[in-house]
Amino acid sequence: MEPQKEYVLRTVEERGVRLIRLWFTDVLGQHKSVAITPAELDAAFEEGVQFDGSSIDGFSRIQESDVLAMPDASTFELLPWADPREPSGRMFCDIHTLDSLPFDGDPRQILRRNLQTAKAQGYSFFCAPEVEFFYFESGDPAVGPTPVDRASYFDLTTADVSSNLRKRTIHTLEAMGIPVEYSFHEFSPSQHEIDLRYTDALEMADNLMALRLVVRKTAMDSGLFASFMPKPFSHQPGSGMHTHMSLFDGDTNAFYDPDDEYLLSTVARQFIAGLLHHAPEITAVTNQLVNSYKRLIIGDEAPVYVSWARNNRSALVRVPVVKADKHSSTRIEYRALDAASNPYLSFSVILAAGMRGITDGYELPSEAQADLHQFDRSEAKRAGLRSLPRSLHEAVGLMEDSELVRDALGEHVFEWFLRNKRAEWDDYERQVTPFELERYLPNI
Amino acid sequence: MEPLLVFPDPAPPELAQALDLAGYAWKAVADDLAASRDIPEDGWGGAIVVADSDPESAWAVCRAVRKGDVPLEPLLVLVNGGQLSELELREDLFDDFCLSPFHPRELEARLRHLFWRAGVGARPELLEYSGLALNFETYQAAIDGRPLDLTYMEYELLKFLASHPGKVFTRETLLSRVWGYDYYGGARTVDVHIRRLRAKLGEERANLIQTVRSVGYSFGQSRWGL
Repeated sequence: MEPQKEYVLRTVEERGVRLIRLWFTDVLGQHKSVAITPAELDAAFEEGVQFDGSSIDGFSRIQESDVLAMPDASTFELLPWADPREPSGRMFCDIHTLDSLPFDGDPRQILRRNLQTAKAQGYSFFCAPEVEFFYFESGDPAVGPTPVDRASYFDLTTADVSSNLRKRTIHTLEAMGIPVEYSFHEFSPSQHEIDLRYTDALEMADNLMALRLVVRKTAMDSGLFASFMPKPFSHQPGSGMHTHMSLFDGDTNAFYDPDDEYLLSTVARQFIAGLLHHAPEITAVTNQLVNSYKRLIIGDEAPVYVSWARNNRSALVRVPVVKADKHSSTRIEYRALDAASNPYLSFSVILAAGMRGITDGYELPSEAQADLHQFDRSEAKRAGLRSLPRSLHEAVGLMEDSELVRDALGEHVFEWFLRNKRAEWDDYERQVTPFELERYLPNI
Repeated sequence: MEPLLVFPDPAPPELAQALDLAGYAWKAVADDLAASRDIPEDGWGGAIVVADSDPESAWAVCRAVRKGDVPLEPLLVLVNGGQLSELELREDLFDDFCLSPFHPRELEARLRHLFWRAGVGARPELLEYSGLALNFETYQAAIDGRPLDLTYMEYELLKFLASHPGKVFTRETLLSRVWGYDYYGGARTVDVHIRRLRAKLGEERANLIQTVRSVGYSFGQSRWGL
């Protein structure tokens, strides 16, 4: 038996673990879990845990609906919130078909495949996301989003509920081996941000699944509700997930070049160029909800135009200036992403777009000089700036024609995702919104 | 692993310290009578007999444990330079010898090799260092008595570092020795795991793992201050 599996079996025995939660993710990024007892663990490692995939979003197939969850022993962690007298652990799973082949609908393996493609060209992909979210009194749509504090950006809110919540959340994350770099109160009331320290993209996607669970659970334990909804308030900035990224070639940061004016290597320039070129067609994946596009609007701190810049936070891709002795932290920041996306699929399409820039030797356009938040759409058009899609409908249309996204996600998920998102748009289109009632009903 | 028999009682302090640091359990006996009478429940794991202060009693202890139905193995005898001739014609009474005063690293290396040859408990199963305890048998780790919840790779990394206190390792070395294969995260993965280990060790113990600028990482201090 592999030492990793032996380690898990032994730890389960020594620590008296009562329950092992097997975690995986559906195509839309919903966290799924099936629990097994220690007695079943050995068999789970050898044969997997069989379940009916037809009720999991994106797993359904016509002929055979059963799939296998294969626990990844390297991800075994004891859950810090479990009763110490009845410890429970968790492992992320890869999903296999009954023939023991990787299942095409499994987002985790889609990311693994994209990482291996990059690795074959000599690169490892590292990510560090900044996750924004809100604490609300309740998650009931009838109640609506009610903030639990009235503070703003970087406010030191010593005694309030939400900073205590954030502190507890960070302790739990650290105990689970998810290092937090910063955390602070964001701009909007009740809005918070947790910045994770970089890891390779697969581990980061796992970490993000755990983070969403821990943030929600910690809030719920205090009778509150945490939401990653991209834009809960019409008149306050929404929640994004700006993500810092770099490629490493062994121990060397492949984005750094000491001789370049901006300290950016050719690889970095080509990666940014690829990301910019393909940004509109990957947006359906990185911003997958109808609501995501309410965040990506002019004058709201979110990117709207396809652009890059060094210290200009209105651009889609920002290149942070690094300290003179910190060249290994040379990186780029992609600012469109939101935390409601499936992190495995988002990292997959972002990496694929950047890598396409490298393999096809794309030219990096010139840097955006102006504050793009001041540009209206016609000015931007005159300046030759492309826009990100303005709605899920437009984004899905762009994705449909994208060979790049089809390759990155694979046929199964590509087709299923498009079908699902078209249906979501159709549902939305049928709605008569409060906007329409307020504006038209009294007057027309 | 069963305790080692040590003669004389009390054991010379430098021997006691070396055995403790190397993680061997041991028990001192006063003479040959005690050696054949005070046998622990699971038997002896081996013997270290110091022959330089009282050679006669020392050889008597050797004879007592080697002449029984099941001769005690392995047996390491410590002699001073003037006693080398005493080893002649006593080949059956010991498996290896070490010159006294001994160097702790030599003693540790000889013991390790003897146990490896004897095929028993090739390594001690417990490693203790400044509040950190690792049990290689059960894969469990604890700091100041508090169990550490580690992933497999975190455990392996900590075990590797703690087994070589004071030694500085590059990221590449750690990657190849601990991960043992070309993990797609590359050398950066080591930094990520170090950061996580420090977080789990807790604020007070995080400095057990030191960053050695532009080289890599080291754990604690060398036991011998070398």
